[in-house]
Amino acid sequence: MTPAIVCRGLKKHFGDVKAVDGLDLEVASGECFGLLGPNGAGKTTTIEILEGLTPPDAGEVVILGRRWGSHERELRERLGISLQESRLTEKLTVAETLVLFRSFYARGRDPEQLMADMSLEEKRDARVGKLSGGQRQRLAVACALAGDPELLFLDEPTTGLDPQSRLQLWERIAAYKEAGRSVLLTTHYMEEAERLCDRVAVVDHGRIIAQGTPAELIAGLKAPHIIEFSTEPRVEDDFLATIPGIGERRQRDGRWLLAAASLAQAVPALLSALDGAGAKLLSLSTHRSTLEDVFIALTGRELRDE
Amino acid sequence: MSDRQHPLATLTKMRLLEFVREPEALFWVFAFPVLMALVLGFAFRDRPPDPVPVGVVAGPSAAELTQALARSGAVKPSAYPSLAGGLEALRTGKIALLVEETGALGLTYHFDRTRPDARIARLEVDDAVQRSRGRGDPSPARDALVHEKGSRYIDFLLPGILGLNLMGTGIWGIGFAIVNARLKKTLKLMVATPMRKSDYLLAQMLSRFVFFVLEVIVILAFGVAAFQVPVRGSFALLGLITVLGALCFGGIGLLVAARARTLEAANGLMNLVMVPMWLFSGVFFSSERFPKAAQPFIQALPLTALNNALRAVMLEGRALSAIGGELAILAVWALIAFAVALKIFRWQ
Repeated sequence: MTPAIVCRGLKKHFGDVKAVDGLDLEVASGECFGLLGPNGAGKTTTIEILEGLTPPDAGEVVILGRRWGSHERELRERLGISLQESRLTEKLTVAETLVLFRSFYARGRDPEQLMADMSLEEKRDARVGKLSGGQRQRLAVACALAGDPELLFLDEPTTGLDPQSRLQLWERIAAYKEAGRSVLLTTHYMEEAERLCDRVAVVDHGRIIAQGTPAELIAGLKAPHIIEFSTEPRVEDDFLATIPGIGERRQRDGRWLLAAASLAQAVPALLSALDGAGAKLLSLSTHRSTLEDVFIALTGRELRDE
Repeated sequence: MSDRQHPLATLTKMRLLEFVREPEALFWVFAFPVLMALVLGFAFRDRPPDPVPVGVVAGPSAAELTQALARSGAVKPSAYPSLAGGLEALRTGKIALLVEETGALGLTYHFDRTRPDARIARLEVDDAVQRSRGRGDPSPARDALVHEKGSRYIDFLLPGILGLNLMGTGIWGIGFAIVNARLKKTLKLMVATPMRKSDYLLAQMLSRFVFFVLEVIVILAFGVAAFQVPVRGSFALLGLITVLGALCFGGIGLLVAARARTLEAANGLMNLVMVPMWLFSGVFFSSERFPKAAQPFIQALPLTALNNALRAVMLEGRALSAIGGELAILAVWALIAFAVALKIFRWQ
């Protein structure tokens, strides 16, 4: 089957800034693929090159077996695109906006049906300017779906949304994917990538530094467990470095997060060392590593650093 | 599927809805030109000409001269104790002419020959003085005053306001809407769909059309009702001129907005385009008044062509054949502006 997206050696520079610096990617048909990375990693530039909105300086792009140069019109009919910052006309209603977008496509989905799918029926006659952030974002995705696309591009679809709106949108995207369609999304929410994506690529400085299924990436870590604790008084990094079985160490909100290959080895060692140092344990918990931990292990930086 | 509507029709309809839902835009399009015509119409309504202010220097016959001048009604005399004081008033434009007695019956008129009101004052003052001192007129003459509708200032002005308004709505209305859509990245979102770019630009012009037609009807109806401005030519021809004018300024609006990235840049460009036409295209006074060397440039401006065509049809009742040149100028501007705009348009 023709892959949804193939790109090789993609490069895009803006002045001295190498926004995309030699990026290769392949997304299979029917797959939901996530580009993961902090702000400024080159995700948006990459997705806009793939969408045919920004020409690359170098590299080749094949979407649904077609190239932008020769099949732009056909591709536009077959793709759905939701951009990160674009705003829909505030004076039009939800229904009017969808009728407008539907009119651009030769074939597509009934606006009434789209509103039902995106839980927007109640807002049918509300002006776009009066919608909440979550409703606007659902409308943006509904517009992207107006042409019943084979491949959907979503650039940070849930950024800035409250948890409930986010969950609602995830359900819709998952339902679209269930119908056998392909999705490429960018995000800096690890939870989003873990829930929606079959595979993810971690992007940093315009390159892909790791890719695979979320489980593969996590399994690839030397230390798949995280021990999170706090003490009174606080303990120093030098002290923790002496404890056997502890890998990467970092602090967040006054707590230590330690990576460990084996909890059975690391937790007793930590507890006895704290006891010996006279530090009183205030909290202790453990979890399996997430994509967030993968990102930190790969780049040494937190994802949501902005 | 059958639920699809035509993209051009849908784009046009949505743009219209968007505009109607902005009350302040409606004010500028409809109420403002009517207010402007009303104010200017009253300012220049028919009434006897104001007397011209003149000065009389103190002297033996000053009282007699002042009385004679006041009686004439055409000038308004005031007394000056010294020649220097009178000349000062003349220099600063407080009076148009200064009368000085020289010798027994002799008079000297001080005035600036390049000022039209000064020349009028010269004639009126001399006439009043000579008559009061006993001059007899060999031919008795009587004034028959004309109040012809169609030759008053408001008659000249109204077609100019129509033209001005078509230009303003076309360039401002379309220009700002497009730059705004570019800023909010609505444009970028639309070019990410299979929408035809020419459909988008055409819809901007077509949606304006409805307003152009309404605007013309409102302003025209106001002129006819409030000032009895004549419409001597055919309404169909006026309609044709309006359509071409609308296309022309719609196209120029697209062109002005084709590349601007900010509202400030667009505003500057719009002023650059519109200010010369406000000045030169005969909105408030005839463009014929500018030097001959500038005429080819002035006559090629779209607003000049539009104003001339509107005046020819409304005031002179001319037929299509008489305004072919003006219509051709409008059509050429419309075509070139649209084609260039489509070519150089910045979509994101």
